Amino acid sequence: MSLRPLTTPWFHAPAGHEKLWLGLALLWCFVMSLMMPYWHFRGKQNSTGEAYTVKPADFLARTEKFVAANRVGTFKNPVAANAMVQELPIAEPPPGGDAYIIGRMWQWWPALRLRQGETYRLHLSALDLQHGFSLQPLNMNFHVLPGYDHVLTITPTSKGEFTIVCNEFCGIGHHAMTGKIFVE
Amino acid sequence: MTTASVSLSHSLAAPGVPKRVCGTTGLGVCFDAQRFIKFNAVTGIVFLLLGGIAALLLALTRWQTVHLLSAEWFYRILTFHGINMLILWILFFEVAILYFACTTPLNARLFSRKVAWASFGMMFVGAVMVDYVILAGQADVMMTSYLPLLAHPLFYLGIILVAVGTLVGVFNFFATLYVAKRDGAYTGSMPLVTYGATAAAIIAVVTLLHGAIVMIPTFTYSMGWTPQPDPAWYRLIWWGLGHQSQQVNVCAMVAVWYLISNVTVGARPINEAVCRTAFVLYVLFINLASAHHLLVDPGVGATWKIWNTSYAMYLAVLASMIHGFTVPAGVEVAMREKGYTAGLFGWVAALPWKNPAFSAATLSVLIFGFIGGITGVTLGTQQINIIAHNTLRIPGHFHATVVGGTTLAFMGLAYYVIPLIFQRDFIGRGWARVQPWLFATGITLLSFGMSFAGSMGVSRRSWDIDAQGIYGPAAHLWLGFVGLGGILAFAGLLIFVLLCVGTLLFGKKIEHRAMADWGTPPALAGTTPGSLAHDHYATKGTIVLTLLFLACFAVYYFANWKALADVWPVR
Repeated sequence: MSLRPLTTPWFHAPAGHEKLWLGLALLWCFVMSLMMPYWHFRGKQNSTGEAYTVKPADFLARTEKFVAANRVGTFKNPVAANAMVQELPIAEPPPGGDAYIIGRMWQWWPALRLRQGETYRLHLSALDLQHGFSLQPLNMNFHVLPGYDHVLTITPTSKGEFTIVCNEFCGIGHHAMTGKIFVE
Repeated sequence: MTTASVSLSHSLAAPGVPKRVCGTTGLGVCFDAQRFIKFNAVTGIVFLLLGGIAALLLALTRWQTVHLLSAEWFYRILTFHGINMLILWILFFEVAILYFACTTPLNARLFSRKVAWASFGMMFVGAVMVDYVILAGQADVMMTSYLPLLAHPLFYLGIILVAVGTLVGVFNFFATLYVAKRDGAYTGSMPLVTYGATAAAIIAVVTLLHGAIVMIPTFTYSMGWTPQPDPAWYRLIWWGLGHQSQQVNVCAMVAVWYLISNVTVGARPINEAVCRTAFVLYVLFINLASAHHLLVDPGVGATWKIWNTSYAMYLAVLASMIHGFTVPAGVEVAMREKGYTAGLFGWVAALPWKNPAFSAATLSVLIFGFIGGITGVTLGTQQINIIAHNTLRIPGHFHATVVGGTTLAFMGLAYYVIPLIFQRDFIGRGWARVQPWLFATGITLLSFGMSFAGSMGVSRRSWDIDAQGIYGPAAHLWLGFVGLGGILAFAGLLIFVLLCVGTLLFGKKIEHRAMADWGTPPALAGTTPGSLAHDHYATKGTIVLTLLFLACFAVYYFANWKALADVWPVR
């Protein structure tokens, strides 16, 4: 019994149903661990964690330069409840080129315009606290840290207006921290 | 035995050792252990109530229609809820379980009363300090307190005190194991419940050391003495505390499953070797679980993420799947030996469903396995985490493990701990029989609501979803389920706390008699215990149930790969 010391020998090889279950469970664990390397080589969605250390001020300067060179318009936020992000510049990186988005209290800056089917190197970093890059309604999520330039090599395959939500707590305005990606 | 004189012996059998003999089980109870089991369990339940009140406020805020709290108080109460539930309630109750597991089952006396006082004192002071600082508005940083967010130094100091106090309690546990063996308090191998508790204690030591490594430099930073630790480093080490502490819970919960199934239906492990090996798997393969929180982080590569996701082939998951079979298998064999042999599931109908400890443990197994386990392994798969990280799917998972699993199992245990240790019979026995069902229903609704809202992209730790202007009626509906589930679960929690406190104050005293029976299935005429000990095919019902579990697991797992394949290519 489970509550009293064992005085009889307790080693017995698994048998019968127990052996069957052990075998099946082990097999399932095998399948699950092999799925990840398989997807890494054959699947299209992976988080490789490519990142470079960067000072927040340097990342801001790079992003401002990117916006100055690639600005194509202005996004005005129509959501009345959201007072945090009223206006964002829209920048369009060249296909295959680098794009930058800053996470800061409480906006994702700037907005991007991308082309369907093209691939971009999207640089994400935070200027102040940790932020969560959550692209909706796709529901793709990546973590953003101050001091790290997190590079996503990303290919938009659907057109439309996409919203970046912040999903890591970053203070009182966190819920209203948004950004935009437009795909044409 | 030869090294200790009789008066210094830590065997309860030695003369002069303060103890009593339990009128229900006939087992010896050490008075020192009993006192600290009482202190720690009651304190834990108080923090459970505080965390529960916070939970209700949060559920009523995330339910957008009600939206009760202001943004400021939502984040404050969310921090309070996380600390009180995940750290204070669980740690205090686990120390109580450890003190029980190293004394009564081993017929041993607690190693040291002074050490127990030191442990309890540090934990209690630290806990009060943390709660005060949070409610004073000086630590709106969430339980995780991710740098560069910064709280008042007392917040970190309080957590360090709780962690060190717990370590001191764990030391008392190990010391008791040692002196019990040295003084020959028991012969043979330690019982399975103590063995499981030992596994939990080992993981706790590793966990709390992680806590010290991360919290001490954060505390000195908050005092202005040292530079800011790196945020990525902080996340890696903090989750060595945050995630592993949940593995302590898993271990303790599984030990409680074995304990309750033994006490309520007389189940014994069908194969001690397998059950014990599974506990060893937890100890060996759980230690890098912190990686589960870094799967979409910058700075850690794919190889690191994949290896640490499955930490050597999912062997810790294998351990849970083993317990998920051996616990119900033990119950099935015990029931069949008692004569309930009709068909595949005749024994299920005869189980003591009105015994609150039994129903709590069974619901804990089901919720932990079918909801918490399946979602946890799937969301913690390296690539699938892209469509789950920091959404409400994550709390949808861990409310099914920590609350529907661990907390419910601990509640079940309390229905025996209070009569046996406090020696009072429960008041409101009818309410007690309903309580686990109500709590489990609420948590299941809450968990489903969170999981589905999260699948629609609703993030965790967010006061409001309307500011983004992108969430439709379905997301709002699922948040309504979170609110409703929260209300039901809180009602279940409140009934539990009122029954416990009411029993301590007004319950009928038990002196030298057995506690009032919650109901156990009687053995039918002409049956003998142990008659199926060598029948390896007696667990027909259990194997069908576990195969059903595996099928659900596979469907959910591959459906998530499909959902992942539908989003934009990224690497």
